[in-house]
Amino acid sequence: MYNFEFVKPSSVEEAIAALKEEDAQPLSGGQTLIPTMKQRLNQPSKLVSLLGIAELNGVSAEGSTVTIGGATPHAVVAADASAYPALAALASNIGDPAVRNRGTIGGSLANNDPAACYPAAALASGATIVTNSREIAADDYFQGMFTTALDEGEIITGVKFPVPEAANYQKFEQPASRFALTGVFVAKYADGVRVAVTGASNDGVFRWTEAEEALSGNFSADAISGLTVDASDMISDLHGTAEYRANLVKVLTGRAVAAC
Amino acid sequence: MKVTMTVNGKSMSGDAEGRTLLSTFLREELGLTGTHIGCDTSQCGACTVHVNGKQVKSCTMFAAEADGAEVATIEGQANADGSLNVIQQAFQDHHGLQCGFCTPGMVMAAASLLEQNPKPTEADIRHHLEGNICRCTGYHNIVKAILAASGQEVPAVAAE
Ligand SMILES: Cc1cc2nc3c(=O)[nH]c(=O)nc-3n(C[C@H](O)[C@H](O)[C@H](O)COP(=O)(O)OP(=O)(O)OC[C@H]3O[C@@H](n4cnc5c(N)ncnc54)[C@H](O)[C@@H]3O)c2cc1C
Ligand code: FES
Ligand code: FES
Repeated sequence: MYNFEFVKPSSVEEAIAALKEEDAQPLSGGQTLIPTMKQRLNQPSKLVSLLGIAELNGVSAEGSTVTIGGATPHAVVAADASAYPALAALASNIGDPAVRNRGTIGGSLANNDPAACYPAAALASGATIVTNSREIAADDYFQGMFTTALDEGEIITGVKFPVPEAANYQKFEQPASRFALTGVFVAKYADGVRVAVTGASNDGVFRWTEAEEALSGNFSADAISGLTVDASDMISDLHGTAEYRANLVKVLTGRAVAAC
Repeated sequence: MKVTMTVNGKSMSGDAEGRTLLSTFLREELGLTGTHIGCDTSQCGACTVHVNGKQVKSCTMFAAEADGAEVATIEGQANADGSLNVIQQAFQDHHGLQCGFCTPGMVMAAASLLEQNPKPTEADIRHHLEGNICRCTGYHNIVKAILAASGQEVPAVAAE
């Protein structure tokens, strides 16, 4: 790994100032960034740790909104997001205990790995990604695999989730990596159902709108039985073909609805 | 830069660059080679230690991030008189190790599980050990050892 300067500011303002330097990069839990730096796929000149900023850590619930601080580890979401049980359950199944103690929601959403879990929750919930400078709707935030609406030097300070009437996440685990081979998050709100799929598409997380329409009319697994998922944009790799993933999308959506 | 942490109850300092991993710092700077490096790619859990009471992979954290922290490693696990602690003894009694390479990480992971969940089920144990890989034992005896360490009866664990 190439060397870099390490700084650990205690406020968002200091972090943003430190990130102005060319090739400076935020470090949150490091569970993605450190492995990529070891492979020399990434070589920041300075890492700005966000874990010393108290206001970025924690879960709060107010009315029908759950807000998670940008540097909150998965284990804390699993333990403290009881106001949104499907979200807490998703967090409790990311990776393994050590990954959950370090890895954070902001790091996961900033990275936008095509097989990550949180992007599905954020998109299905119509969450708002809050940064140091603005608020971004989940529908505008995800822009293809490893690509987001974030600008250089912009950091995620929190994520606001509207709590649905019912929700469930079904993760079909790739047993070696523990990521989702395919995962589906279904959330039912008073004004309709949202379905987000991770792990399947070459474009990263996406909404399965046909299923949303069918489920908004009739919230039962039967409602999607006549639908088919187009395999042409799906990921094909040694773990599963595009057709296999397309089928998983439908099967997991049915299971998520049944579990709601 | 100088990094100082409390390791197994003792304050210890050493030199680190930004890129120095906690695993490297413990092994090469502090001479605590009980923490093993199996994969160095965040997969195997051999390098598991506790930082401020939380189980982490020390190969996936920088030493500088642990500056000022309380760190617990396998070297601090034995009882004060040097005898094996209840988890270590159970690993020995139930043949929870063969080559022993994964064992420091397994023991640290087990300690963290039993702290949160003193009477785990077999399923709880297997879920908790998802980030700890063992090439030798096939896991059954590790699961038995942790059940025994928690004071529970040890069934003949069925093969999965
Ligand atoms: C063995 C293993 C298994 C895993 N399994 C899963 C899984 O099942 N599901 C899953 O979803 N993930 C999984 N992960 C990934 C894990 O959840 C990561 O923790 C997460 O993707 C990245 O979060 P982090 O806090 O570690 O970010 P870091 O590694 O610190 O950062 C990742 C990227 O985001 C940037 N960044 C970090 N924080 C912010 C911020 N607040 N604002 C803007 N940019 C930021 C960094 O500069 C970097 O580019 C796994 C990881 C490992 C090692
Ligand atoms: S050496 Fe750290 S996880 Fe394998
Ligand atoms: S005992 Fe050899 S790797 Fe576990």
